[in-house]
Amino acid sequence: MLTALLDNVALQIMLVGALVGIASTLVGTFLVLRGTSMLSDAIGHSIVFGIVIVWLITHQQSGPVQILGAALAGVLTVFLTELLVSTRRVKKDAAIGLVFPVLFSIGVLLLNLYARDVHIDTHTVLLGEIGFVWLDTVTLGDYRVPRSLLSMGAMTLLNAAFVVLFFKELKLATFDEALAKALGLAPGLLFYALLLLTSGTAVAAFDAVGAVLFVAFVIVPPSTAYLLTDRLWLMFLYGIAVSIASSVSGYALAVAWDVSIGGMMAVMTGVFLMLAFLAGPRYGVVAQLLRRRGQRRHNEIRTLAVHLYNHEGGPEQGEENVIRALRDHLRWDAAKAVGVVQRGSDQRLIVREGEALRLTSRGREMAREILDPSGRRSA
Amino acid sequence: MSVVELLSDYTIQNVVAGAALLGLVSGVLGSFAVLRQQSLLGDTMSHAALPGVCLGFIIAGTRDIGSILLGALATGALAALVMLLLTRMSRLKTDAGLGITLSVFFAMGVVLLTHIQGMNNASQGGLDAFLFGQAAATLRSDLWIMGGITAVALLLVAALWKEFKLVSFDPEFATSLGMPVAWLEVLLTVMVALAVVVGLQMVGVVLMAAMIIAPAVAARQWSRRLEDMVLLAALIGVAGGIFGALLSALSRGLATGPLIILSVSSVVLVSMTVAPERGFLWEALRRVRARRRLRYQQVLTTLYRLAVHHDDPVYPSEQGMLDTYHGLRTRAVLSQLERRGLAEWQASPHGEPGPARRWVLTPAGIAEAERVLDALGREDA
Repeated sequence: MLTALLDNVALQIMLVGALVGIASTLVGTFLVLRGTSMLSDAIGHSIVFGIVIVWLITHQQSGPVQILGAALAGVLTVFLTELLVSTRRVKKDAAIGLVFPVLFSIGVLLLNLYARDVHIDTHTVLLGEIGFVWLDTVTLGDYRVPRSLLSMGAMTLLNAAFVVLFFKELKLATFDEALAKALGLAPGLLFYALLLLTSGTAVAAFDAVGAVLFVAFVIVPPSTAYLLTDRLWLMFLYGIAVSIASSVSGYALAVAWDVSIGGMMAVMTGVFLMLAFLAGPRYGVVAQLLRRRGQRRHNEIRTLAVHLYNHEGGPEQGEENVIRALRDHLRWDAAKAVGVVQRGSDQRLIVREGEALRLTSRGREMAREILDPSGRRSA
Repeated sequence: MSVVELLSDYTIQNVVAGAALLGLVSGVLGSFAVLRQQSLLGDTMSHAALPGVCLGFIIAGTRDIGSILLGALATGALAALVMLLLTRMSRLKTDAGLGITLSVFFAMGVVLLTHIQGMNNASQGGLDAFLFGQAAATLRSDLWIMGGITAVALLLVAALWKEFKLVSFDPEFATSLGMPVAWLEVLLTVMVALAVVVGLQMVGVVLMAAMIIAPAVAARQWSRRLEDMVLLAALIGVAGGIFGALLSALSRGLATGPLIILSVSSVVLVSMTVAPERGFLWEALRRVRARRRLRYQQVLTTLYRLAVHHDDPVYPSEQGMLDTYHGLRTRAVLSQLERRGLAEWQASPHGEPGPARRWVLTPAGIAEAERVLDALGREDA
């Protein structure tokens, strides 16, 4: 089975894509919930600085030391951002936008100066090339395994272990930082650990999807999940499902149209997000519209019931409890009046007798309930 | 190369002029973006310009700068709209909205880019230069377009100055005055997209964020009024742009975009350090002064209290006792008091143990101490 996997280039690419998505979802969920998603954009860019520095020191491009070294650059970004914010001279968004371009610029200039012939060219920096992951392999026993598969697999396991081990603490620190602090949980430290893992994931995913596409994998699947559920563990499940679905469908479409695979996978995360945004069961736009329409219709029927009830048996019953009166007194247009009456009789709240409208006992009950919700009957 | 030679070089002239235009437009428009806490909107819009660049190319069939910039403007503005819809109509927060639009639009751009490369069109070369900018490829004709966009943006700002100002500082009040706040905000957002479009050629999509933010943040340190801030931001933007462009021309081989960004960012650092009122240096100085004043007042009032306590207006206090009382060496403060004529170093009365000389308040010192205590009492009340 392993041999089958390692012979199948398509499967390897999809697997790496899914692993990038899963590892990113595991950390990204907390970033999205905390409202600090854009840190992943900053981190994604400034690890370029870290990668170049580490390369200048060690002249090696991959391996755990490189990942850790470059990941520290990501944490440095966040540290510098928080430092700037703490001076109270700039707001958080401006601070993020000041720090990462500086680090990124220094990284690019260092590349210009010292590393013209390294494979970290400016194209890779932003886009990566997930289609080539199978070319860069290491030999493990009898197998030649793609390097990205190993590093992404390791990062995914690491992130998963972190989330599982500190699930309670992370949950508390995310939703109630003050309480977490009061309980002695050091939410700040936990946050930095999370960002270190985010940076590590960025470095590991760098060759495959580059700096900008990485942002899509961190933010979009958790956001999609956030539109679908209120439960934290379900958010992980949905996010992971979106990651897998995006990498499979993205790969298929990219091959069919002969376009960038990483790019198409990221576009697919956006497509799933749009689906959740529009058709999500509870927070989706359609569901919201339907709910609002249902509410409005319900209110119309209630209005009608109260109107009929108020004039029932009174002297003006003959001219009030007819469809025409709804137009004049409730200011409903003809179509609406007819529609509401129709729905009212469908729900067996009113009966239509020619022009005249009469409440059924159910309708009368409803009107009484509205006018006297506590159930106290006057006289 | 001498400066004269440098300035007479056709390519360098173009690059410097382009960088100056970019600095001008992003300084002015960035001021509004930063004040309205929309700094990262520029980042999102510049990334989202990529699919527009590609679409413009596909539709025009050539690397025609006009249609490319039009495409960039269109998708940049569309991204802002999508971001707005995502955050207004769902539970997603602003940062997630920005990140989603940024990355997904950029991904669409990447997909279109590879599609164009697959078309085997000879003129597609240099399209991905928009990612990092390619200042050296700036043509005179590009400059005219960039200049035109800058002029339009500046004219709009001048014409709608009062409206923009009010919307940036107090949108609720602007609404109550019956201003079309939503439209003004849309206009400001579209203008950020204009700045981004100017910047694509010079610094590329990635670094545009800093170009919008840095001049404005630097200018903010020096000024309180919007008028001064916008002018100063424009100046800083232009200066940083020109400096970065020249540096890149001199260094041969260092990318222009990053050098421009580092130039304007250093201005931010310097401004934050030395700007009067808001600079770190001045703040530190203020703190030292305040601490010194406090020590001085403390020692003075201690002398006074001891005198009152002993019912002796010229009660002599020992230096060692004062040191113990304040937990630190008070000699420097006492010398200061002596110089101002508030305290005196007197010989001790005969026959008493302890050091030969002690501190005594002068009448001026007593008056000053009473004044200080009075002021403190007022603050307590």
